[in-house]
Amino acid sequence: MRSRSALLVLADGRLPTGGYAHSAGLEQAIRQGWVNDIDGLRDFLRGRLHTTGLMNAAFAVAAWNALEEDTPTEAAPTSTSTAESSTGTDILAEAALRDLDAELIARTPSPALRRIGSWLGTLMLRSMRSIHPHPLLDAFPKDLQQPIVYGAVGRVLGLSDADTAATVLHEAVTGPATAAVKLMHIDPFQAHGAIIDLAYDLDEAAERAADFGRGDPAEIPALSAPLSDFAAELHEGDNVRLFAS
Amino acid sequence: MSNGKRALRLGIAGPVGTGKSSSIANICTALADEFRIGVITNDIYTDEDARFLKAAGVLPEERIRAVETGACPHTAIRDDVSMNLLAVEALESDFDPLDIVLVESGGDNLTATFSPALVDAQLFVLDVAGGGDVARKGGPGIGRADLLVINKIDLGPHVDVDVEQMLDDAREAREGQPVLGVSRKIPETVEALAAWVREVHARFVKGDHTPVDPGPMAPHFHADEEADGGGYMHTHEEGEAAHTH
Ligand SMILES: Nc1nc2c(ncn2[C@@H]2O[C@H](COP(=O)(O)OP(=O)(O)O)[C@@H](O)[C@H]2O)c(=O)[nH]1
Ligand SMILES: [Mg+2]
Ligand SMILES: [Zn+2]
Ligand SMILES: [Zn+2]
Repeated sequence: MRSRSALLVLADGRLPTGGYAHSAGLEQAIRQGWVNDIDGLRDFLRGRLHTTGLMNAAFAVAAWNALEEDTPTEAAPTSTSTAESSTGTDILAEAALRDLDAELIARTPSPALRRIGSWLGTLMLRSMRSIHPHPLLDAFPKDLQQPIVYGAVGRVLGLSDADTAATVLHEAVTGPATAAVKLMHIDPFQAHGAIIDLAYDLDEAAERAADFGRGDPAEIPALSAPLSDFAAELHEGDNVRLFAS
Repeated sequence: MSNGKRALRLGIAGPVGTGKSSSIANICTALADEFRIGVITNDIYTDEDARFLKAAGVLPEERIRAVETGACPHTAIRDDVSMNLLAVEALESDFDPLDIVLVESGGDNLTATFSPALVDAQLFVLDVAGGGDVARKGGPGIGRADLLVINKIDLGPHVDVDVEQMLDDAREAREGQPVLGVSRKIPETVEALAAWVREVHARFVKGDHTPVDPGPMAPHFHADEEADGGGYMHTHEEGEAAHTH
């Protein structure tokens, strides 16, 4: 099953998984004077798409591919008997997931970003366990980086790996673009226009991420952006802030 | 908790400055020897509330944690409770067993109430300094929270508010549901607040407590200098959950 509707639900910013409290480094970039206006926002979003966004999407694809092809997409019955949770553990290639997590962390120099990644991953897992109970999610380890969790969620919702990548990329730009209207004097219509202008780039990046993620994870390029690492570290030290990151 | 059950989760909502943090301090001061208590605060810009409570010395510091809500305190207790839920669960598991976890809302306006997905019971805090007529205005929190606290009653004479009248109005608006006038300077009122918490906890442990949802947000006003008319009225109906302001 490949579900277009499930894809739309997962990509919807209103999905209750805690993402709205984060600006993906935009708040700090504005504070540092790196982003000042709509053109700055466009550049920020394009940069994010081609760096962290693409890399995270590739890891989501790698996690998707580390899980069994026949992962059932039906919701588990609400009772969690030991039989069911062991099915979950069987499906789960835990060692492979932990390796992927280590590969992603190795490409994320900022300790703050690593902490945020695992917090968001744990949040997404916690929420999806309630939204769509499934043995794979029940057995899935906590504290993994969010892109790894996206891979599992894409699997249990019946998305393709490329669609899972597209979701990660979508979130990578819509998160900061919607945060922008709370952070700077900017027309919300223009902020959304900036996302639409990136539509082609986003589609293409999803395909590239799928190619990277289907190969050897060790070969996924380290596309993190040094300024976002700095922004995350600076942000942690700021006492007065609207967004958690 | 020791009998295998989780802690009672108690939400504290109400407008900024009415005394939510102080109510938590009052409850902890009165009950810290009797119950194992943990606290989650939801600040808007800083971790001021967590710091205030740590400084008050009413609980061991490590049992007070701040959650950042990305400029949207009402979303964090209603539309997307994931961050708070995870924080509560982490606190419960780190300090197992806890008897009561208090969750302080970031405080927004008169309309935000906790979702039953997050708390078992909630109290709504108003203060006499906000004016004697606030209690008559109603709304989901004033009308249907498990308890309405009218705080700072010691200030009544200084702000020309007839405290007894305000309490009567509140009782009328709540059709007999409990209302307490509280001042941290009047020990018997703090004891009455503690007695209410004790009673809810006893009902929760016996399994006699049913969480009540005070209901969704009423239409409300957001001040916004840049909008025509200096702000806008809106509700938080579906489709508007992730609104920005
Ligand atoms: N006079 C008086 N002031 C109080 C009382 N409770 C709280 N306050 C003051 O009211 C202010 C806001 O209280 P706080 O608990 O931080 O409100 P919150 O924003 O709702 O958490 C602080 O300056 C408190 O010292 C009270 O019972 N009497
Ligand atoms: Mg407070
Ligand atoms: Zn809001
Ligand atoms: Zn609102």
